[in-house]
Amino acid sequence: MIQKSSERNKQGVIREINGPIVTIRLPGVRNSEQVLIGDLRLVGEVIALQGEEAIVQAYESTDGVRPGEPVETLGKPLSVELGPGLLGGIFDGVQRPLEALFETSGDHISRGVAPPALDRERAWRFVPDPELAPGMRLERGARIGTVQETKTIEHRILTPPNLSGELMELAPEGDYKLDRCVGRLKGDDGVTHRLYLYHNWPVRLPRPYRQRDHSQKPLITGQRILDTFFPLVKGGKGAVPGPFGAGKTVVQQQIARWSNADIVIYVGCGERGNELVDVLETFPTLQDPYTGRMLMERTLLVANTSNMPVVAREASIYVGLTMAEYYRDQGYDVVMLADSTSRWAEALREVSGRLGQMPVEDGYPAYLASRLAAMYERAGRVVTFLGDKGSVTLIGAVSPPGGDFSEPVTAHTKEIIQTFWALSKELADARHYPSVDWVGSFSDHVNTVARWWHDEVSPHWKRRREQALALLARDAELSRIVNLVGPEALSSAQRWELEGAALIKEGVLQQNALDAVDTFASPKKQFLLLEMMLTIYDKGAGLISLGVPVQELRGLEFMSRARRAKQTYDSDQTEELEAMIKEISDEFARIRVEYTKFQEHAH
Amino acid sequence: MSAKEYRTASAARGGLLTVIDAPRVAFGDRVAIRDHHGALRNGQVIRSAEKEVLIQIFEGTDDLDLESTWVRFLDQPLEVALSPELLGRIFNGIGEPKDGRPPIVSSLKRAISGSAINPAARTYPREFIQTGVSTIDGLNALVRGQKLPIFSASGLPHNRLAAQIVRQAKLVDEESSFSVVFAAMGVSYADAQFFKDVFSSSGVLGNVVMYINQADDPPVERLALPRAALTAAEYLAFDLDRHVLVVMTDMTNYAEALREVATAKGDVPSRKGYPGYLYSDLAEIYERSGRIRDRHGSITLVPVVSMPSDDITHPIPDLTGYITEGQIVLSRELHNQGIYPPVHISPSLSRLMKDGIGKDDTREDHPRVANQLYAMYAKAQETRNLASIIGAEELSEQDRRYLEFADQFDKQFVGQEEDEDRSIIETLNLAWELLSMFPKAELTRVSETDLAKYHRSGD
Repeated sequence: MIQKSSERNKQGVIREINGPIVTIRLPGVRNSEQVLIGDLRLVGEVIALQGEEAIVQAYESTDGVRPGEPVETLGKPLSVELGPGLLGGIFDGVQRPLEALFETSGDHISRGVAPPALDRERAWRFVPDPELAPGMRLERGARIGTVQETKTIEHRILTPPNLSGELMELAPEGDYKLDRCVGRLKGDDGVTHRLYLYHNWPVRLPRPYRQRDHSQKPLITGQRILDTFFPLVKGGKGAVPGPFGAGKTVVQQQIARWSNADIVIYVGCGERGNELVDVLETFPTLQDPYTGRMLMERTLLVANTSNMPVVAREASIYVGLTMAEYYRDQGYDVVMLADSTSRWAEALREVSGRLGQMPVEDGYPAYLASRLAAMYERAGRVVTFLGDKGSVTLIGAVSPPGGDFSEPVTAHTKEIIQTFWALSKELADARHYPSVDWVGSFSDHVNTVARWWHDEVSPHWKRRREQALALLARDAELSRIVNLVGPEALSSAQRWELEGAALIKEGVLQQNALDAVDTFASPKKQFLLLEMMLTIYDKGAGLISLGVPVQELRGLEFMSRARRAKQTYDSDQTEELEAMIKEISDEFARIRVEYTKFQEHAH
Repeated sequence: MSAKEYRTASAARGGLLTVIDAPRVAFGDRVAIRDHHGALRNGQVIRSAEKEVLIQIFEGTDDLDLESTWVRFLDQPLEVALSPELLGRIFNGIGEPKDGRPPIVSSLKRAISGSAINPAARTYPREFIQTGVSTIDGLNALVRGQKLPIFSASGLPHNRLAAQIVRQAKLVDEESSFSVVFAAMGVSYADAQFFKDVFSSSGVLGNVVMYINQADDPPVERLALPRAALTAAEYLAFDLDRHVLVVMTDMTNYAEALREVATAKGDVPSRKGYPGYLYSDLAEIYERSGRIRDRHGSITLVPVVSMPSDDITHPIPDLTGYITEGQIVLSRELHNQGIYPPVHISPSLSRLMKDGIGKDDTREDHPRVANQLYAMYAKAQETRNLASIIGAEELSEQDRRYLEFADQFDKQFVGQEEDEDRSIIETLNLAWELLSMFPKAELTRVSETDLAKYHRSGD
């Protein structure tokens, strides 16, 4: 614990209650310090000071609180506990463990209860770092040992990143509960600090690191439209905006399930309770495709559903980010999904409205843009104090009102992030899932990841990707003509272009999250499917220029087989896909020979 | 309970009363107000400071004066009494009887504000509810514990559809029927009477609790009404182990009442004058539905939301759509063609359908059939647009088949009688009848096995 015991908790009194906003008189309280409110001892956070009065936002409902009741400071800002036992857990917006709350207070969340986030009863096997000995100097964020947290994740026990000094004592290997001291350190301030398997860190203060790292690798999600067309890198910043019903949640859940990160943190911020339960119930039954272990062993959930207090909703994103940074500091690649940042922004708006602050756009406070930017800036790939590389990838869902992407949250987000997966209502209505719109989406990382695809998958990746996008753009153009004058106006070559685009859409872009085979595609499979559709298109275009009718090509036996290939062959069956591409090429060659003969004969 | 009455009202407007020099009053507490006629009104503390208390009065502030208004702080939250006797009764927004019968007497009282269900205590809803309506069961299935609103607009038959769902809803394998909690906010006398008639003619009246606030009742009361109704629903579901279907009409009236009070209170407005907390406020209501671990009962919520000027992007349907698990959208175009229920399937969606249908719940082909119907209908809509420009004669034979499909789909699949209760098997068979208009090769979203088993063609 970093808290200084010399500081006595201060006492004050409540002046006014206005929903989640409480005015108190408490001289000497600091901004962002936590306080306990009233006889119910609800937790809140000071957000403004004025003379002897302070304005507090409460993380719990203030029903039944009266003016005149006492308030008490906690002497520290909103902090989270960081240590083994986080993974597999489900926490609320201020890191209260929801399973433990269920045990103690039943189906509904009661107020004024704050069990510790990490289980104090559980003992962990601590293995001290063999290279350490008393008397050695420890820099901040140093490793003092390890705990095997889950089968795949080795938890590195770190000293707090604001503490360095001389190691005085380190416990031998053994089973330790969290509140048993495992070492002592004489800090540079001359004070002796006890070391535990966990430490606290304030959520609004980004955890420090040695430096930013610029090497970049793609984040593989197994989703073709994301990986192949609009890639994101590990440590990148992405956004998924979409109106309701466009499939935002499914996209996020697919990323949580299939991305090749070490740790996934899913923050349900002001979203639906039943969807979180879906994650809670299905993740423990799913396998991590990379390690074969259960998915829940690398996942942790922060759940602040839409009906839970709005102030805790605002905090939940920072709670998630701080835990993400903590695993990053141990050298892991972490993906954090924030669903949805619009609800977070609305929480800001709600609080600022209650404070009577001047609204600027759509009622949002003037600091919306800077808060958003600062939040996304906590993503990134870094060199940790240990010298390892770790990353936090932040993917924020955005829920624009009425699906209007020009609204403030979407517009500001767009300026900050590097990968933008725009979901379209039209595609979703036609049940084209994932409904990522290839016109409105973008990625700044294409050139960065092209090298990886070139080396790992195929040297033709970049060219094929561009060809497919060009074909889709042509399709949009030609469809406009069809809508005006009908399909008869198109030439055979143009009609074949439409068919090619349809192949890309149905055979590559559409991906069924509920289909056991199709739900995940390895980079190799992604490329082969793209290669297959474009092979059909290229070879077909050749035949059309010879005069083969489009109708005949459309009726070829393998056309519907190619469209179904994504569901027929899983990611291990790349040889079958390659064989099928060859079969298709051979068939085209055969038709070509036949057709040339026929024409010669006709002459 | 405090017996002291305060005569220190300092302002009264827009349903809000300010009282000064009041004692330290708890936020959210109940207040009794006696006006100059001696009549009692009910209120709730919505802001409490040392010197000044702001009260919202459910009966409104009309005809109050500041001198002869007596305010008593009751020192208790806004509660309703709960007992099995609720069933068959009619109440107003704060749980007072509206049917001329005595109030419910019970030692069990609960605050209507409720508290959030712990997400870890929920279980995922996955039991299919058969409503007998093809567009819902077949394409946007409702499951027990879901919240699925009907997005409608003025003049569309949303009430008839809601009533049909109430009459017909059942679980496929279970005889147990639903208990119904009906919450009406700002509805006309005719609409309220329509539902009463439906409940009594279908013989379910003894299994229904009604909370009714009519259009000419005070708007502030609408703010408490859904909360009182849901408190009753929670009691029926989680104390008495019943499956509860909650129908709320019309959420737009609720949101307008919220805006009215927010404006009077001086809250900073966001979109269209609605307060910034409209989303959180609606979520507090909608999220009270669901299933809870180890509890037998459930709350399924079907709110009716009328879209002002048919605009689905209006804040009320928009925010509702972000909270609920899908939506059933009614279309004026279909309605004008005489099709009932005029469910527009393209924007309609049920997010929880995927786990409630298929082999063990309805039939193995159900998910793929739904997907295929959607794909064909989307294509047919494109063809319709094309036909309206270049004329149906110019279309290819293939395209004309899509047109024919769309027409038959609207007529046979979407359209049905108000008392027509189709089983899910009938709905799926009807779907195959329509899909069989196409050759097998064009049906790429169903499996080969489905085609062999259900496609009507001879081969």
